[in-house]
Amino acid sequence: MSLFDHSIKQLEDMLHKKEISAEDLVDASYDRINEVDEQVQAFLTLDEENARSQAKQLDAAPDENARLFAIPNGIKDNIVTKGLRTTCGSQFLKNFDDPLYNATAVEKLITEKTVTVGKLNMDEFAMGSSTENSSYTPTRNPWNLDYVPGGSSGGSAASVAAGEVLFSLGSDTGGSIRQPASFCGVVGMKPTYGRVSRFGLVAFASSLDQIGPITRNVEDNARVLEVIAGHDKMDSTSADVDVPAYTDKLTGDVKGMKIAVPKEYLSEGVSPEVKEAVLNALKVYEQLGAEWEEVSLTHSKYAVAAYYLLASSEASANLARFDGIRYGVRSDKAENMMDMFTYSRSEGFGDEVKRRIMLGTFALSSGYYDAYYIKAQKVRTLIKNDFDKILNEYDVVIGPTAPTPAFKVGEKIDDPLTMYTDDILTIPVNLAGLPGISVPCGFSEDGLPIGLQIIGRAFDEGTVYQTAHAYEQATGHHLKKPQLGGAES
Amino acid sequence: MNFETIIGLEVHVELKTNSKIFSPSPNAFGDEPNSNVNPIDLAYPGVLPVLNEEAVNFAMKAAMALNCDIATDTKFDRKNYFYPDNPKAYQISQFDQPIGENGWIEINVNGEKKRIGITRLHLEEDAGKLTHQDDGHSLVDFNRQGTPLIEIVSEPDIRSPEEAYAYLEKLKNIIQYTGVSDCKMEEGSLRCDANLSIRPIGQEAFGVKTELKNLNSFSFVQKGLEFEEKRQEKVLLSGGEILPETRRFDEKTKETILMRVKEGSDDYRYFPEPDLVPLYIDDEWKERIRSQIPELPDARKQRYIDELGLPEYDAGILTGSKEMADFFEEAIENGGDIKQVSNWLMGDVSAYMNKHYKELSELALTPEALAKMIKLIEDGTISSKIAKKVFAELAENGGDPEKIVKEKGLVQISDEGQLTDIITKVLDENEQSIIDYKNGKDRAIKYLVGQVMKATKGQANPPMVNKILQAEIDKR
Amino acid sequence: MADISKDDVKHVANLARLAITEEEADMFTDQLSSIIEYAEQLNELDTENVEPTTHVLDLKNVLRKDEPKEWISKEEALKNAPDKQDGYFRVPSILE
Repeated sequence: MSLFDHSIKQLEDMLHKKEISAEDLVDASYDRINEVDEQVQAFLTLDEENARSQAKQLDAAPDENARLFAIPNGIKDNIVTKGLRTTCGSQFLKNFDDPLYNATAVEKLITEKTVTVGKLNMDEFAMGSSTENSSYTPTRNPWNLDYVPGGSSGGSAASVAAGEVLFSLGSDTGGSIRQPASFCGVVGMKPTYGRVSRFGLVAFASSLDQIGPITRNVEDNARVLEVIAGHDKMDSTSADVDVPAYTDKLTGDVKGMKIAVPKEYLSEGVSPEVKEAVLNALKVYEQLGAEWEEVSLTHSKYAVAAYYLLASSEASANLARFDGIRYGVRSDKAENMMDMFTYSRSEGFGDEVKRRIMLGTFALSSGYYDAYYIKAQKVRTLIKNDFDKILNEYDVVIGPTAPTPAFKVGEKIDDPLTMYTDDILTIPVNLAGLPGISVPCGFSEDGLPIGLQIIGRAFDEGTVYQTAHAYEQATGHHLKKPQLGGAES
Repeated sequence: MNFETIIGLEVHVELKTNSKIFSPSPNAFGDEPNSNVNPIDLAYPGVLPVLNEEAVNFAMKAAMALNCDIATDTKFDRKNYFYPDNPKAYQISQFDQPIGENGWIEINVNGEKKRIGITRLHLEEDAGKLTHQDDGHSLVDFNRQGTPLIEIVSEPDIRSPEEAYAYLEKLKNIIQYTGVSDCKMEEGSLRCDANLSIRPIGQEAFGVKTELKNLNSFSFVQKGLEFEEKRQEKVLLSGGEILPETRRFDEKTKETILMRVKEGSDDYRYFPEPDLVPLYIDDEWKERIRSQIPELPDARKQRYIDELGLPEYDAGILTGSKEMADFFEEAIENGGDIKQVSNWLMGDVSAYMNKHYKELSELALTPEALAKMIKLIEDGTISSKIAKKVFAELAENGGDPEKIVKEKGLVQISDEGQLTDIITKVLDENEQSIIDYKNGKDRAIKYLVGQVMKATKGQANPPMVNKILQAEIDKR
Repeated sequence: MADISKDDVKHVANLARLAITEEEADMFTDQLSSIIEYAEQLNELDTENVEPTTHVLDLKNVLRKDEPKEWISKEEALKNAPDKQDGYFRVPSILE
């Protein structure tokens, strides 16, 4: 049994009783990375020297008040870390060795004395659903190395599933935390928009992006969110709403809870085994005393189209700063100003990034702005209204996280549109700005994990955790581990 | 064919807040390159803008002083374009909801008053600075990046380069009065682009306009527009066509030179800035700012006419800059005679400033010193002639006028006995002049006064010299 | 709504400062056309009386006090620059 089979709470108790040390935890993390990361390829950059010396310091000055004391973690590589290379999975930033500052979420982890062991692989600039768009290497699914881990936070989900770290931070713009969590059989939370500061999260689509935790169980997840959530003066869109103790809500009790199940979330396109797993989960909720009803998210089928127009439009501006002047790689062919811009960007960006920049530039260009951008914003309003109406009557909305379990590496890479439409179940949640979690709810015939998505009211992550935790405790799907590196970890 | 000229001006004014508009970097001019920058100004990955409240207050103040309606709901937008001095490759600006709209200012050209409309005033961020070298490279300094800027767009109400000059002078004056900017063109805190078109008199439709850039002083704006007006007339009269061009004013040749022909309108792909939330400016906020706006130049001018009894011309000059008007009022408060202070400021003080290319604030002269010096003239301690010497000293080195007068021995000779002795001596040496005078040659007495002044190094009290001289001549 | 032509793709690539080859232009034209075509389904919805959503949260007037703060040094500012000279970032000149 690995140290990482314990919960954060258990590890904290062991640390404080001196049964284990911070160095033990860091050792366990790097040992496991050395053992399996050549196969999984979750990490882009390791910070071993620093992490080990930090662990030594922590052992020298134990702190029972630090909420995540000595817990090894990994950070998605689009969240900036002072003095630690941050690439966003892009060649453009392959030499970006010191971003000069820490993201607010990272600062909060530092305050609670966690140990960051490295930076995690991702689809370039978070654009993708398989981590195959990483310009460095595709990350593999720890449950079956022939399969993708999902994306864009594929490294974040795979590293937790493979037992390399206790938790990781990911980012979710259209499902990029929940879908890889679902594919890798771990717990991934996309908080309410405005819940976690975006300061230091390299922007993909500013009005949709959120940082969130990926963990092995719901309790750990709640614990990490308690730390990283909260108002930040450096982010104008961060909400000044108190952060409750989410862990207090983990009672296992969901009696009388009202669950809405959108019929669109169990319709064609959702594979039979995923549908079955979700229906089984609903039975569990029935047994726990909750009630569920079918509802309709009328406009959800338009979410993907609206999302790709809006996210790409924002991305086209957000990624314009990568010009090869202040940081990043400048093309050798930059002999005049125009060439510096075009060659640096063309050489630095992969096809998916170029595709979305062009789509967004098109949607914003004169003559098309109203037809595409404004239209998509209006559809966003309709989708948000659908959720608001349902969540007035129900406590949570439940459905699958993704229509299928993980697919094979290379299977969908040449078909961007299909890859986009696969995000149909996660995207509406980002458009509405709501919190959504993916928790393991079983396995496919091929032994690949399936995820259950639970969506809550804005700033009501507590109820989402409560619902997820009750199910997790009743079923124990999260206890199953992938076979990796020989024996079961 | 006779043509009518149509001019519209776009003026950018930097606001002198302590920190930048979207980042806490110091907002300072003239520091070492890239020393007043932080990751936000450098558009590092992951940074976010947070709006400086004072920049909004300042923009509102300027907009109110320019008689604009202030928006209740307003927001920021991204204006997308690539340029090395624009680090995000978008400028945060305001597109369809500017903070101020429908303003106006009144100008006075050749004694005629005219109202020039202001279409809009919006808030945005300034860019960095690009310096071109002749080795095929340019250098970028981002210190200026993020300085709060207001863009003020006039209606096409301006009908001559002279009116354009008057508009700029007035605009600068009003904004300086509000205290939100120094409006120093030489430091770039005020910049101006001009649009000009001409049309045959009587025609309603506007002609094709050209845009003038690189206008580094108000008089260059006027000269550039004068050149452009004639150039367009020549083109049209010779059967040519005006193209929508951007032209640069060349300070040496005083000509405008083609930079580029505009092809369609630039596609800036404006869209609402998702990183900033909207602004809601309620009445309370508006009134709070309105109450902070000081008396503006037109009101002050009227007050000088009505309450201080100054002629309109004098009042106009004194209120022509806030600095001058403040100086004037302080000198009066220190007991300086209104008319005298006004005359000194419009006369010797202005002449000195022009001669030495100095601002009033750069003179060592203080309002108290000027008032004191004027009192010394009034009480006869010094003559107005001597006062000029005292003023030169005050302007150069400052100090207390009384002390200067004493130390330099400039006190007026008003002692009757002393003066009589000197005059007697002068008369003894100039008998011919006495004869001339008695023969009706009035000029002779002026010569004698001059001789007395010469003998006293200008320190004799002139009225007394006149009186005693007359009496002494009569005795002979 | 419109179809996206190869010329549109080249124009958009230029606006976005991306150099693309003819083959890439063909590929992106195909891919973007199918995405745009897919996006046309939004026209099935009547949105005449619907307000666009820019921000999901109803936040207003998020403002900062006008207080300057030092953050990074001049050396740090230039630390990651590909090309610098005398404290400036250096770039190739515009092609005149």
